[in-house]
Amino acid sequence: MTDLNTLTIAEARDALRRGEVTSLDLTDACLAAIEGAGALNAFVHHTPDQARDQAQAADARIAKGDAPAMCGIPLGIKDLFCTKGVPSQAASRILQGFKPEYESTVTQNLFDAGAVMLGKLNMDEFAMGSSNETSCYGNVINPWRRGNDATPLTPGGSSGGSAAAVAADLCLAATGTDTGGSIRQPAAFAGITGIKPTYGRCSRWGIVAFASSLDQAGPMTKTVRDAAIMLGAMCGHDPRDSTCADLPVPDFEAMLSGDIRGKVIGIPREYRMDGMPAEIEKLWVDGAAMLRDAGAEIRDISLPHTRYALPAYYVIAPAEASSNLARYDGVRYGHRAKLAQGDGITEMYEKTRAEGFGPEVQRRVMVGTYVLSAGFYDAYYNRARKVRTLIKRDFEEVFAAGVDAILTPATPSAAFGLGEMTDADPVQMYLNDVFTVTVNLAGLPGIALPAGLDRQGLPLGLQLIGRPWEEGDLLNTAYALERATGFVARPAKWW
Amino acid sequence: MSIDLETAAKVAKLARIRVEEAALPALAQEFNTILGFIEQLNAVDVEGVEPMTSVTPMRLKRRADVVTDGNRQAEILSNAPDAREGFFAVPKVVE
Repeated sequence: MTDLNTLTIAEARDALRRGEVTSLDLTDACLAAIEGAGALNAFVHHTPDQARDQAQAADARIAKGDAPAMCGIPLGIKDLFCTKGVPSQAASRILQGFKPEYESTVTQNLFDAGAVMLGKLNMDEFAMGSSNETSCYGNVINPWRRGNDATPLTPGGSSGGSAAAVAADLCLAATGTDTGGSIRQPAAFAGITGIKPTYGRCSRWGIVAFASSLDQAGPMTKTVRDAAIMLGAMCGHDPRDSTCADLPVPDFEAMLSGDIRGKVIGIPREYRMDGMPAEIEKLWVDGAAMLRDAGAEIRDISLPHTRYALPAYYVIAPAEASSNLARYDGVRYGHRAKLAQGDGITEMYEKTRAEGFGPEVQRRVMVGTYVLSAGFYDAYYNRARKVRTLIKRDFEEVFAAGVDAILTPATPSAAFGLGEMTDADPVQMYLNDVFTVTVNLAGLPGIALPAGLDRQGLPLGLQLIGRPWEEGDLLNTAYALERATGFVARPAKWW
Repeated sequence: MSIDLETAAKVAKLARIRVEEAALPALAQEFNTILGFIEQLNAVDVEGVEPMTSVTPMRLKRRADVVTDGNRQAEILSNAPDAREGFFAVPKVVE
């Protein structure tokens, strides 16, 4: 049998059910892989004892015969999820030492299904970043390299630890979260699959909040089938999140027929950007041709407000972040600055937040504070919310015209070198999310899947965007595309 | 719209983040870059458009107005940097 840590969820599930392996075997294989992958800096808090306990409990449950699909599957959990008794600090100094007294709904749902937590995964601080370079734990290194060139590359962000861990087979799958592309961009950079479901599919309870109207959790996996299996276990109604939809969760995996005959796939002309690498353009054209060959109708569409999505996002997300991050004040949890003689409570807040937040988080909190301040609220925040209405309307109109899914590139480039963007202004980094951010603003489901390699041997991803609540149909289209691209490349192990 | 040093200092104050005097020019410069990017929104005709309040329209669920949780003082204080006698402790607020 192959190394157990390289299995997909579906393969592991089937092997577990046949009694060929135990969850403890799978878990130990992953723990050993993690042990040997310190160079990637993907796992930042290790929970091997808890993992083995959960694995043994899962094995007992599987032996009884009615275990759910995720039972016994070892996972990595993004540090943004509060996990009871285990450090959960959103990769921020300000949450140093924080151990939640409660479990996030998504991780609880996974644990209820029998999943095993191997540890917590690195990420950009408070999920603010596209390269995993804003983490208090240091950079994550992408397991992929440009051929024999040892230049360390970013795994993307903010779910960079999740993407690297899955790509390097340190876990069978991982949780991610996505506010502007934080599941889909790193998935594309690491050659794996990641789906952000419809806003409201997954409970946000217990996930450290960045921008509450945009944040969604989702799975990051090796295959589309695995994404379908794991998403089903993550989502479901939760009375503790008033925006979490009370809708039945379909059996997403059962919807993977691969039959997309008659489906209408939209190709939005506004996503054809100036300066887009020819390889990405070709990937996109080839992807559309594959879907046509599978029986779908390809239709040119227009989403006219696309170019305003990023500027609208960079009003709305910082505004919400400035409100959400007001809670980090050094009083209830996490870091408190050492105070000088005579310092009062205001100095405590100001010093604590200056020490605790990294530069990108400080920048976004202050931009958010500015756009919400008296005199600018209408000019910035309200205008951005109106533009958001128009962006959503663009999608509603194409869906009403019969489009089932929309195909776009996932990112405007392949993974770039760590530090390559250091001297660029913040806006250059924001452009990473140009193809993904519209989906968060419109609350839609979006999936990124690997579709090819560039000439340097790095993975490139395509994105499919679906109708609200139709993740099953979206996953099926992605499944058809996955079968057509036949992407099987893996990073050569160097770590 | 251009952010001067005074505005940058005011925003930092409102956000309760200490920014040293020497760091203000660079901060103001970054604000201006980001706000310049955001200015593109002025090109959109938003006449008569409602600002979005909820991306997936749904009615808030109701529940009985009863206590559902409580008696968790120890758990709530367990992560506090400074907790004394069942309270969060902070520097003196009132003279």
